[in-house]
Amino acid sequence: MMGSENQDIEEAHMHASRDEMENLVLDEPSNNNSNGTKSFSDYRSAMSSLADTYHPLSPPMTAPADSDPLLAPSSFRDLRNPNIATDNSSYIEPPSYSDVIFSPFDENAVNEVNGAGSPGRSSDSSVCFSRSPSSSSEYIKITVSNPQKEQETSNSLVPGGNAYVTYLITTRTSMPGLNGSEFSVRRRFKDVVTLSDRLAESYRGFFIPPRPDKSVVESQVMQKQEFVEQRRVALEKYLRRLAGHPVISKSDELRVFLQVQGKLPLPTSTDVASRMLDGAVKLPKQLFGESVAVAPHEVVQPAKGGRDLLRLFKELKQSVSNDWGGSKPPVVEEDKEFLEKKERMHDLEQQLSNASQQAESLVKAQQDMGETMGELGLAFIKLTKFENEEATLNSQRVRAADMKNVATAAVKASRFYRELNAQTVKHLDTFHEYLGLMLSVHGAFSDRSSALLTVQTLISDLSSLHSRAEKLETASSKIFGGDKSRIRKIEELKETIRATEDAKHVAIREYERIKENNRSELERLDRERRADFSNMLKGFVLNQVGYAEKIANVWAKVAEETSAYARESIV
Amino acid sequence: MITAQRSSSGSSHSPRSPSSQPYLSISVTDPVKLGNGVQAYISYRVITKTNFPEYQGPEKIVIRRYSDFVWLRDRLFEKYKGVFIPPLPEKSAVEKFRFSAEFIELRRQALDIFVNRIASHHELQQSEDLRTFLQADEETMERLRSQDTGIFKKKPADLMQIFKEVQTKVSDVVLGKEKPVEESNPEYEKLKNYIFELENHLSEAQKHAYRLVKRHRELGQSLSDFGKAVKLLGACEGDALGKAFSDLGAKSESLCVRLQKEAHQLLMNFEEPLKDYVRSVQSIKATIAERANAFRHQCELAETIKLKEINLDKLMLTRSEKVGEAELEYKELKAESEEATRRFENIVRVMNEEIVRFQDQKTLDMGIAFHEFAKGQARLANNIADAWRSLLPKLEACSP
Repeated sequence: MMGSENQDIEEAHMHASRDEMENLVLDEPSNNNSNGTKSFSDYRSAMSSLADTYHPLSPPMTAPADSDPLLAPSSFRDLRNPNIATDNSSYIEPPSYSDVIFSPFDENAVNEVNGAGSPGRSSDSSVCFSRSPSSSSEYIKITVSNPQKEQETSNSLVPGGNAYVTYLITTRTSMPGLNGSEFSVRRRFKDVVTLSDRLAESYRGFFIPPRPDKSVVESQVMQKQEFVEQRRVALEKYLRRLAGHPVISKSDELRVFLQVQGKLPLPTSTDVASRMLDGAVKLPKQLFGESVAVAPHEVVQPAKGGRDLLRLFKELKQSVSNDWGGSKPPVVEEDKEFLEKKERMHDLEQQLSNASQQAESLVKAQQDMGETMGELGLAFIKLTKFENEEATLNSQRVRAADMKNVATAAVKASRFYRELNAQTVKHLDTFHEYLGLMLSVHGAFSDRSSALLTVQTLISDLSSLHSRAEKLETASSKIFGGDKSRIRKIEELKETIRATEDAKHVAIREYERIKENNRSELERLDRERRADFSNMLKGFVLNQVGYAEKIANVWAKVAEETSAYARESIV
Repeated sequence: MITAQRSSSGSSHSPRSPSSQPYLSISVTDPVKLGNGVQAYISYRVITKTNFPEYQGPEKIVIRRYSDFVWLRDRLFEKYKGVFIPPLPEKSAVEKFRFSAEFIELRRQALDIFVNRIASHHELQQSEDLRTFLQADEETMERLRSQDTGIFKKKPADLMQIFKEVQTKVSDVVLGKEKPVEESNPEYEKLKNYIFELENHLSEAQKHAYRLVKRHRELGQSLSDFGKAVKLLGACEGDALGKAFSDLGAKSESLCVRLQKEAHQLLMNFEEPLKDYVRSVQSIKATIAERANAFRHQCELAETIKLKEINLDKLMLTRSEKVGEAELEYKELKAESEEATRRFENIVRVMNEEIVRFQDQKTLDMGIAFHEFAKGQARLANNIADAWRSLLPKLEACSP
């Protein structure tokens, strides 16, 4: 029989647990002290936007900026440090769930960097990702924060100037060559675009992480604050990925971007229109005037992004004849190993996409389970309270007590499901990450094919130049004493041929260089992917085991408490 | 069979020694779909084992269909006023067409519980209609079933309507509008409010329980799909990692089976008892309506008698020849009124007993349901933990 005081305490307890329950059931990020819940709901909405924008099988020639897997603000995974073996990112629970500690599989337990905090949190979520404090470890930690509106000062047609947003980019590093261990700059999105373009030029053949979308439509449609926050998160992810790349993290472009105060001292990319305009100006000279050969320094860049329209046309013609022409092009992609790997990448991409989707469904199912369990618990709590208030018979009080046990267990189990899910999201996000990486792979492969195309075009060019020269010589030899104008033309041609030969050599070197980059990057990708997936699997499974055990305990207790009823039943 | 013990509290059946303890044990089994299209229905085999002297023999098997059970319920409701008649599973015209295996099993289980509850109720088990139901041949049953019209076929909806009218009359009284036709019994008022609110709470819990079943199925499905996708990825990756993926995928798929099983258990042993609880409460509401009827009937008769008394006195004063007739009428009415009062008071008495029995029964039923629920969840979680745990050594082996 419950005394009235006990009943008050019970009620207070139930109120408390109910409030707690309601905080749990209602997915309010502000009430929740765990990162996980918020990052899941972000992940979920991001995953669906991902499904819309990502085209996994885009042809290699399209620019990487068309699709944006980086819009997903899910918490950022472990940053791969080139100097440290990557077998140590298993996940333990954040210390706030103090009643639960299950030992991670690996002693080098870490918490991963959380990039999906609410504004202002990111600089505080300073979980270091470097495991061993040994001094030989190099690391770069980049944080993007503090978006501010600024005005464009000059050159604006609009009175009052164009407003744009700058972000504070803070770098903490131990890498040599970067002066000091912590510094900050302010950059705007345009600067990021510039950085990305310069990197693409300098590091052809590398798997360069794709930069965040320009998102013109979204910037109009979304609430300003939301959009800025989304962009901030995306920028942070992007810069961290750059810093995680063994080669690019050491690049001048990145260092300059991170360190140099004031205006970004990298050449900006001109827009397509002005490039075309420049090219159009040059074109008549190229066609009718002196035969201007392709400058060797231009050859190291693809024709598409340049101003040389004639070269663009020639390469286009070459690519058409490659595809449709009867004869084989002079140089082809012969590396069988590469072709196999390319095929495998394509395969992998498909499977990753599939796995990523199913991972999303799994996460949703776990989320729903937790929610419904919680709602059930809440309904029983209400029933318990009701029966206790209205009780006239002891059997009612007994039932209310039984119900309370079940309700409490359901609420606990619900919380566990949600925690489980928060961790699952972080683990399975690895699929998502690598899917995004596929874009860089496409980019690197297309660098290779466009370099090859340049070589092929130059070779065709040379052969046609040679035959022209031959024809002229034959014709001129027929005239006694020489043909002044023809001889002059032959000289010019020979000049052009020499320049084109030079260009060809440069182009071949460039092609070989890109091939080597491809190869080493593929190796790195395989190595890192294996490690990351292996860790993901371990973490995922550990997580499932741990929480299943906890949930089992909760229910075992209730089964024990209600075991009297089992004895009464005759089966 | 679970059902036999669910209503066994207070039951007097004991298969061990047929001659010593009186017992009446029934099982509803063997559902068979008969007929075609719209006419399709399910027939059940009803097996009765008893040593009650009123019964024809120790064992009897008959074939019954859902509407036969409805007939029994309606007869009992008419005859045993005040008793909380055990509820029947829903009519469900829509699901009938689909007749899924699950639906059939749920219905069979519910019907089994229904008859056994009747058999273990000290009053209801004496019912002649019960004996008819358990023993009559199919033709007789069919005749009885189709005969039933009018009063016996009053739908719960009609009773609800009556009840609602009574409720509004109560509020009218409170507002001082009309003469009370409703009992002014505060304890009973409390009980009525309790029943109404209880139904709301229970419905909500049952709704969530049903959703929980669905969630189990959905989680199972997503684990299966995830497993398949991971296996394909594993095939693509190859090597140790590929094997790890394949193992994970296979494990994930296997968990789907466990989840589907648990979903089924959850439905049968947790959600269904909750639904049954809701139905029981609704059945009580019908009894409450009956009591209101009886009360109103009694009041009306009391009113009529008063008028007749006045009339009689008038006639006596005027020494009319109609006195004799009036006296006779008066006597008859008086008898009727006493009968109505007796009936009403009986209902009150029975209901008081029934409430206690009901609460006891429900505590037991829910205790069992909670136990099964907790057991099932613990079992599922342990299975899941074991399954994933078995992967860990393999995963360790493949780490770089």
